[in-house]
Amino acid sequence: MTSLVPKETSSESKKDLLTEEHEDFRLFGLITFLIADGMTFAGFFAAYLTFKAVNPLGPDAIYELELPLPTLNTILLLVSSFTFHKAGKFLEKNEAKQCQKWLLITGVLGVAFLISQMFEYFTLPFGLTDNLFASTFYALTGFHGLHVTLGSIMIMIIWWQTRIPYGRVHKENKFPFEAVELYWHFVDGIWVVLFIILYLL
Amino acid sequence: MTISLKPNNTPPEKLQPTGWLKYLSFSLDHKVIGLQYLVCGFLFYLIGGSLAGAIRIELASPLSDFMPREVYNQVLTLHGTIMIFLWIVPVVNGAFGNYLIPFYVGARDMAFPRLNAVAFWLIPPSGLMLITSYFINGAAQSGWTAYPPLSITTPAAGQIIWILSVLLLGGSSIFGGINFIATILKLRRPGLKLMQLPMYCWAMLGTSILVVLSTPVLAGTLILLSFDIVAHTGFFNPSLGGNVIVYQHLFWFYSHPAVYIMVLPAFGLVSEILPIHSRKPLFGYTTMVFSIMGIVVLGLVVWAHHMFTSGTPPWMRLFFTIATAFIAVPTGIKFFNWVATLWGGKISLNGAMLFSCGFIINFVLGGITGVALAQVPFDVHVHDTYFVVAHFHYIVYGGSVFVIFSSIYHWFPKFTGKMLNENLGRFHFIITFIGFNLCFAPQHWLGLNGMPRRVAEYDPQFQLINQISSIGALLMALSTLPFLWNVFQSILYGEDAGENPWDALTPEWLTSSPPPVENWEGEAPLVLEPYGYGRRDSNKPQEQKQ
Repeated sequence: MTSLVPKETSSESKKDLLTEEHEDFRLFGLITFLIADGMTFAGFFAAYLTFKAVNPLGPDAIYELELPLPTLNTILLLVSSFTFHKAGKFLEKNEAKQCQKWLLITGVLGVAFLISQMFEYFTLPFGLTDNLFASTFYALTGFHGLHVTLGSIMIMIIWWQTRIPYGRVHKENKFPFEAVELYWHFVDGIWVVLFIILYLL
Repeated sequence: MTISLKPNNTPPEKLQPTGWLKYLSFSLDHKVIGLQYLVCGFLFYLIGGSLAGAIRIELASPLSDFMPREVYNQVLTLHGTIMIFLWIVPVVNGAFGNYLIPFYVGARDMAFPRLNAVAFWLIPPSGLMLITSYFINGAAQSGWTAYPPLSITTPAAGQIIWILSVLLLGGSSIFGGINFIATILKLRRPGLKLMQLPMYCWAMLGTSILVVLSTPVLAGTLILLSFDIVAHTGFFNPSLGGNVIVYQHLFWFYSHPAVYIMVLPAFGLVSEILPIHSRKPLFGYTTMVFSIMGIVVLGLVVWAHHMFTSGTPPWMRLFFTIATAFIAVPTGIKFFNWVATLWGGKISLNGAMLFSCGFIINFVLGGITGVALAQVPFDVHVHDTYFVVAHFHYIVYGGSVFVIFSSIYHWFPKFTGKMLNENLGRFHFIITFIGFNLCFAPQHWLGLNGMPRRVAEYDPQFQLINQISSIGALLMALSTLPFLWNVFQSILYGEDAGENPWDALTPEWLTSSPPPVENWEGEAPLVLEPYGYGRRDSNKPQEQKQ
């Protein structure tokens, strides 16, 4: 019965073999995951555009969306991408205080986006099940909002972890920072596409 | 940077499970995870097979007398879902991929071992969830395709559990795909080029690209479908202004590539097995690589050939017919390469070889009916009949499952250090091959004569052929017995395999059986010619010290 247990080598050589040198490709894995995530959005966009093209709902069923609030949202997210980048610059320079400041601003911008989005939801004249357009609108913005929510939480965690002297994210261990930054830029990019397709088209 | 294969929070040596227990633990060893996938998948195969048996018993008589019609619908839905998402996809990708890919790229583990373990441990709970849905309020009844409006109008509880289960399995599949892409592209041993990798690596790379690109679309679609069921939105509900055709497009955008997700790794495994057991290099390595990548690209743009009867516009029919005809070309190239590999070789007719040859025969038949089905005039005639059932099972059972058995016969010595009984293996092959063809070949005739699929009752004129088919299914069920007996007998009393019973050149054989935790005791071997059989200078693996 013990035949399935592999032969163990001497513990000394094992220690060496179980620790190997290779480059860090966690970011590569994250990029692959974001491609997959992007495909989910691509599916939603394709569904929305097809609905729009082949399911004419009649003039009373399509609502005119107000533009000012979503435009403000777009600006909030774009600025937050910029501030995140700025925080990264300071992390590179080992200036944790400045880095934390810009991260906090990024997080606040993310939360502001969510609040503004909620405000838009409450002021819209249609609900989730009113018609196909309404359902698709809420599904798309909601799924994106879920991403922003997760991103904001992760930014806050990174913010907490860059504190001196106990934080675990610093110049030598900046993968968590880079990962969240990449994710945030991705969520930002998705919003731009979503804004164009949903509000402008 | 230094990556430790041991996580910081690993319990001390004494507390880590050893022996059999480690197969039930959250192990990070790719070999343990591979076998976890294999055994777990096989258990689900037995469950799915029992459900298939129930279907064939019901269809042995024209009346719906063995079980109520609702139960029949649930059984066929569970059969399809279990066999696809819990048996073939996890086993051809997860089981053999996890076990073999790190060996092939010369690594000591996968790129992300913890993600790997998470991907596996998503499978048993979602599988159990799917099966228990039958006992709660009845399982899903809308087939593995879950087409609305059927999936919206049938009882909601089972359908929602089905959706959740498939979402979890899709997540597991995506995590696995990310891991394979990173391992193959990034974790290769220094000095090993992509074009020197064994063919299974290429197959897994292609499959993982398909997984990463198409599975999320299915996930998004199923989320929308669950909104339709739970929140009564109208995405796919025509009575609320929705569009069922959009669901079909999104569903098949995943589910046609899913066929390649099930069969491309099988192509790779066959390409490993044939050269070893015919003692010849793999014929046409480069064309094989390009045909795999060709299948990946074309596989993403042929989905609407499943929808020729869904009111598709003529241009769409034309495009997808032509694209599907094109995808037969790379597949044909691979087929000829396998035959040319066998040609003039020193063939040993053991279990592994026989099942691989069975695969080639079945797959050609399934491929021909596939090309036929892609032609609109023919497809419109046989759509949703037993012809489609026969074609599909020739691809996934005659193709993928035959390869899984072939691979088990081939790698069992590596997995356990014991040889399987080859005579029992040949016996297993003969019963499976006869049973399979007896079960599914007559269904072509049934389909051409108009017997619809997914029905519990049928016209009495089809009874004889259905009974022949059921006898074939019985043979297939019985064929599992010699296999199981063989496996248990060999684990307990089998003869020792030694390091390399097949005299193979690929790197997984250049270590003890079963391999140590770190795969090789010492530096990973650099195998530049994995298929150098029959050449004087390459009878021994090239080991270059760097």
